[in-house]
Amino acid sequence: MTNNPGGCEDLRSGGEEQETSSGSYRAGARAAIPFALAVFVVGISFGVLARSLGWGIIAPIVFSVIAFSGSAQFAVAAVLGAGGSVIAAILAAVLLNARFGPMGVAVAPYLKGGPLRRALEGQAVVDSSWALASRGGGRFDREFMIGATVPQAFAWIFGTAIGTVGGDFIGDPERLGLDVIFPAFFLVLLVEELRGGRRAVVVALVAAVLALTLVPFAPPGVPVIAAACMAALVGLRRSP
Amino acid sequence: MTTLWVAMVGVALASAAIKAAGPVLVGGRELPPRVVSVIALLAPALLAALVVTETFGEDRHLVLDERALGVAVAGIALALRVPVLLAVALAAATTALTRAFG
Repeated sequence: MTNNPGGCEDLRSGGEEQETSSGSYRAGARAAIPFALAVFVVGISFGVLARSLGWGIIAPIVFSVIAFSGSAQFAVAAVLGAGGSVIAAILAAVLLNARFGPMGVAVAPYLKGGPLRRALEGQAVVDSSWALASRGGGRFDREFMIGATVPQAFAWIFGTAIGTVGGDFIGDPERLGLDVIFPAFFLVLLVEELRGGRRAVVVALVAAVLALTLVPFAPPGVPVIAAACMAALVGLRRSP
Repeated sequence: MTTLWVAMVGVALASAAIKAAGPVLVGGRELPPRVVSVIALLAPALLAALVVTETFGEDRHLVLDERALGVAVAGIALALRVPVLLAVALAAATTALTRAFG
């Protein structure tokens, strides 16, 4: 813990509490608080946007409850707002959320119960919780991940509600630079992962270049999925 | 209005299915070593892609704007071992200030 550039250990470790599962849930929830604040603010901006598209008050809140997916919900707003079809909206959301497929495979061995319970526990997979619960070498902390998702779910729904109801008084959250919170936090988590060794650094670099190259040519979501596929190829080729 | 609700329910179902697929199909089985070595590289790859697309991407264009400055400040702060929350706050402040006065 002394070698702690960036203080990432502060975010991830639950100290002694991590030895018990309820302690690990709590540690996950605590680690997610900064993310929950960011999610709350982005939820507000989603509510404001949805209201401006004439979605009313109920629909945006219901959407945040049943979908709980910021990027997908913004994509739907963008597609429908531009006069796109339902199919186009769903397709955009599927592409954006496709990364949760491999992420779900990664955590699968650590989830509990029968198929139905596993399916439910799998809903806790969101970028930040999944990365926070990553323990290196492909291992994951189930309780930490679920604990990290709970405050973010509440923040997302509550933020959406505030945005739809009080959007007129809030104005544009981008003014406050809050849209930069996500890439900045993902950078924090990336720095932590890069300590996994040279291979992780090389894969991250190639993934970044590949994703940037694809942005102008592929629909949103595809660059991130392509990066994941590239990681898979490198992993398969060079595994012992 | 119906269009919206159909899209909402469709997206919710698709999203839930994507997230459920891995856990249900893999079940509690241990993953083969080759798959584990892929998964170990998944986090750095996904995070790197998310950082760059959310920093430089906008509607299928690459842009260099206030976000890049904010994320760069966060990177420098992290390299200088500034605490995480402060680094992220500096990023947001940088972006907000350059938007206001830039």
